[in-house]
Amino acid sequence: MYFTKDLLKQSKALTKKWEDQVKRLTQKNADQKERWSTVSDLEIKRLYTPEDIEHMDFERDISVPGEFPFLRGNQPTGYRGRYWTFRMFSGMGTAKETNKRWHLLLKEGQTGLSTAFDFPTLMGYDTDSPIARGECGKCGVAIDTLEDFLQLVDGIPLDQITTSMTINPPATVLWAMYCAAAELKGVPLKKIGGTIQNDMLKEFIAQKTFMCPPEPSVKLICDTIEFGTKFVPRWNTVSISGYHIREAGSTAVQELAFTLRDGIEYVESTMKQKKLDVDDFAPRLSFFFNSHIDFFEEICKMRAARRMWARIMRDRFKAKNPRSWWMRFHTQTAGCSLTAQQPYNNVVRTAVEALAAVLGGTQSLHTNSLDEVLCLPSEHAVEIALRTQQIIAEETGAANTIDPLAGSYFIESLTNTMEEKAWEYIEKIDDMGGMVSAIEKGFPQMEIADAAYNYQRQIDKGEKVMIGINKYVGDDKAPIPLVEIDEKVEEEQTKSLQAVKRKRNGKLVVESLNSLKKACREGENVMPYCIEAVKNLATVQEICDVYREVYGEYHDPGLF
Amino acid sequence: MMENRNQSARERPEKEGLDHVELARKIRDGNIRAASRLIRDLEDNVPQAKGTLKHIYPHTGKAHVIGITGSPGAGKSTITDELVSAFREKENKVAVLAVDPSSPFSGGAILGDRIRMQRHAGDPDVFIRSLATRGALGGLSGAVGSSVHILDAMGKDKILIETVGVGQQEVDVINHAHTVIVVLVPGMGDDIQAIKAGIMEVADIFVINKSHREGTRRLQKELLSLLDLKENRSGEWTPPVILVDDVLNKETFNGNIATLCQTIDAHHQHLISTRLLEKKLEKKAIVEIHEVLKSSILGPIIKELQASGEFDNMVSKVMKRQSDPYTLVEDVRSAFIRSQKGGE
Amino acid sequence: MERKIRIMVAKPGLDGHDRGARILARCFRDAGFEVIYTGCHQTPEQIASAAIQEDVDLVGLSCLSGAHKYLFPKVVELLKEQGAQDIAVIGGGIIPEQDFEQLYKAGVKEIFTPGKSLESIVEWIRNNIAVH
Repeated sequence: MYFTKDLLKQSKALTKKWEDQVKRLTQKNADQKERWSTVSDLEIKRLYTPEDIEHMDFERDISVPGEFPFLRGNQPTGYRGRYWTFRMFSGMGTAKETNKRWHLLLKEGQTGLSTAFDFPTLMGYDTDSPIARGECGKCGVAIDTLEDFLQLVDGIPLDQITTSMTINPPATVLWAMYCAAAELKGVPLKKIGGTIQNDMLKEFIAQKTFMCPPEPSVKLICDTIEFGTKFVPRWNTVSISGYHIREAGSTAVQELAFTLRDGIEYVESTMKQKKLDVDDFAPRLSFFFNSHIDFFEEICKMRAARRMWARIMRDRFKAKNPRSWWMRFHTQTAGCSLTAQQPYNNVVRTAVEALAAVLGGTQSLHTNSLDEVLCLPSEHAVEIALRTQQIIAEETGAANTIDPLAGSYFIESLTNTMEEKAWEYIEKIDDMGGMVSAIEKGFPQMEIADAAYNYQRQIDKGEKVMIGINKYVGDDKAPIPLVEIDEKVEEEQTKSLQAVKRKRNGKLVVESLNSLKKACREGENVMPYCIEAVKNLATVQEICDVYREVYGEYHDPGLF
Repeated sequence: MMENRNQSARERPEKEGLDHVELARKIRDGNIRAASRLIRDLEDNVPQAKGTLKHIYPHTGKAHVIGITGSPGAGKSTITDELVSAFREKENKVAVLAVDPSSPFSGGAILGDRIRMQRHAGDPDVFIRSLATRGALGGLSGAVGSSVHILDAMGKDKILIETVGVGQQEVDVINHAHTVIVVLVPGMGDDIQAIKAGIMEVADIFVINKSHREGTRRLQKELLSLLDLKENRSGEWTPPVILVDDVLNKETFNGNIATLCQTIDAHHQHLISTRLLEKKLEKKAIVEIHEVLKSSILGPIIKELQASGEFDNMVSKVMKRQSDPYTLVEDVRSAFIRSQKGGE
Repeated sequence: MERKIRIMVAKPGLDGHDRGARILARCFRDAGFEVIYTGCHQTPEQIASAAIQEDVDLVGLSCLSGAHKYLFPKVVELLKEQGAQDIAVIGGGIIPEQDFEQLYKAGVKEIFTPGKSLESIVEWIRNNIAVH
């Protein structure tokens, strides 16, 4: 038992007394509102007491940092050894421009790189594809061939800096480019480190950046996991992401549950398809969460996530290596919590969300820029966002001690509640036969759509508040300068793509694409073929067209 | 105010100097906009629209109308979408009427079948139209019948009607379709019950979709044994059961769709050669006359009774047992007949 | 006769952020409109031809990728080319205010950016969209 009998007795008596007093006072003066809940609509009590956590077992449920169940963190040393990685997501226009921004960020004290690609690249199309009209370079950097990629990483020491790439359907292609670039620069694959997002399940569930149907998509992910395990051991081949699930309007519990269930699906599939032992690859799985505006809910979500993953890995998959039990995760503050109205308020929101992520024990963090709801971030806005992290790390004292909120009746109780609710979802999806079939049934999609609609209704009715939107609405005092991508970028990029197509050896391109196709048909690991193809300057779309041809295309089923 | 606005800018035959003949000609020439607007007017019960239909009717009766029904999630839209492609390959002109339910609460609807057929959006010889049930029972929309005529007059060779797929009372489709396909998936459990409950009589072709899934063989066996129970005279059509594999197994999937397509055409040929098609058309004529009688005679009478408050009176009399529905309706009928004679 | 407003909700371009589009589709249904939802990743050509076949009164476009300046006017243009200039086009998503003027000039009737209440959008439709 977590508390002594005496303490509980005392607590119960005093709580009773307090309750009576509250009753008296609220009869005289009613509360401002009847129901108090998190941004995810989870009801919160006025007070939490020892009774709320009396059933906890210290060793089983809390323990110390670096020990199972890792509620308090993976690292015994906390942030004292090193802070989380300050990893700002960036990318825009051409590879050359993005490369320039990267060098600037590294100079400013950023410690890891993170790439945003434009939509044609994200969807596996080339800049000159008709469906890509108007999109080039808009939301990230445009990459068509290895030539672009080499420009992107120009002057970046690939053996020292880790790079994260937010790429999903064409993850194999972009990772192949990274591997090829390393080889060309004389850096062995064993030495490069970084992350590809490569999490397709959340795309079907939430972000809708998809190409092939769920099953072959998972197969390609298993290929990367296998290839990484064998040849690129410092690479995180999948970043199992709740971020986009949350941005699509889910609750915190749904984000937690669906993300972990996606993780379970990848582990199961890899063990089954690749005949790998769970401990061979599990230590390289990484996660990615959203940090939304509800401070405590987010902290508890992250703590619960770590504890749940440890339990899943040890108990469900029988992993033996403690590193397999670790949930390592990146966090990004919530884009959907920001407002275009009164945009300077976004600095404050982001700071609160970033602090939650740090108190939740994140290993890596992106802080949104104040202008991100309006356009690509300006250099100045990015600097403020990066400084926000530096202030939290070095001024506030938040990193002084590990998991400072542990033991709080409220924090532990909310952590438990979120875990319980997430288990319910996970069991439900297990009963449906796993995440792929749950997606086919539209289950997670519908749950999220319901939550998003619900939240919007609450905003409309004023039950939930967004300052500048439904309360304290006013004119923006100081307009912010907007960054725009020149329409000429598309023209330039198309020209340089055509130049590459002219100079490359067409025969080699066709041959390498054909062997890739054969590998796809025969169920081989695609990675070596993919690397060969990008080296021969096959384009992103040419390679993705092979996938589309062999595996088929997935279209939005539009479930309501 | 609302009414005024709603009646505003629409291109009415009278207003634009387009008479019904001209509009009908436009539709027969394949004018998509004219056709889609007329369908809309029929859905909205615009009285003038019937005038145009009169000039359309003589040019109908050529298209092969195919109904696609089955429980929700069976993959009706996917099968429909694939059939569109298959018929297009044979250079048939194709139309789809996809019916989704209206919300009983708001009267609104999300019509989401089209999303699975959007790849055909650029093909000028494919016309896809989503219809909401707007309170109609039986799995279709009240405008389906006349929409079929419009698409038929447009020169469509194949008209596919996809039903709502909610519940099992989807028998209306036989009133409009010459060939009815019932799509089933293994593992839904209640399928056979549904078949026994009435779809069995409706089906000309059964499709077991996603046949890579467990339970296919059982479902197939059960279907076949049910079909065996049916008395089968020689020369009669026995509904074939066609398996459609996982979309991912492209080759078999495409082969299955081709088989389905051939079977649909074979059924059509069968209907023609056995003159069953004529019987179906006759039945459709009967249903249509019934419907028009109801909407042109019964409809206005009820409307008038309601407007004058007489309907409420009748209800109250019945409630108080001062009269009964039979006597009251006899009175209405005599009044109606008198007014018709007086009018002559 | 009962005229019912028909609306197409579509996402042109390559971004898949459909939270707003889907919320609106539901909201329109609940307001009594008929909504045709065409889903993500649609070309302007697909959207225009579907809008005509469906005889909608209004096309609501949602784009969060920054490609709205090309995509929205293109849909308007295609509708016009096919004689359907009376189908109104409205837009939403991440659209900076500085682009509004250009879009209005191109024939986009109204722009709704995040923060607009669902009710105000429904209200706008009721006031501005006649069933043509």
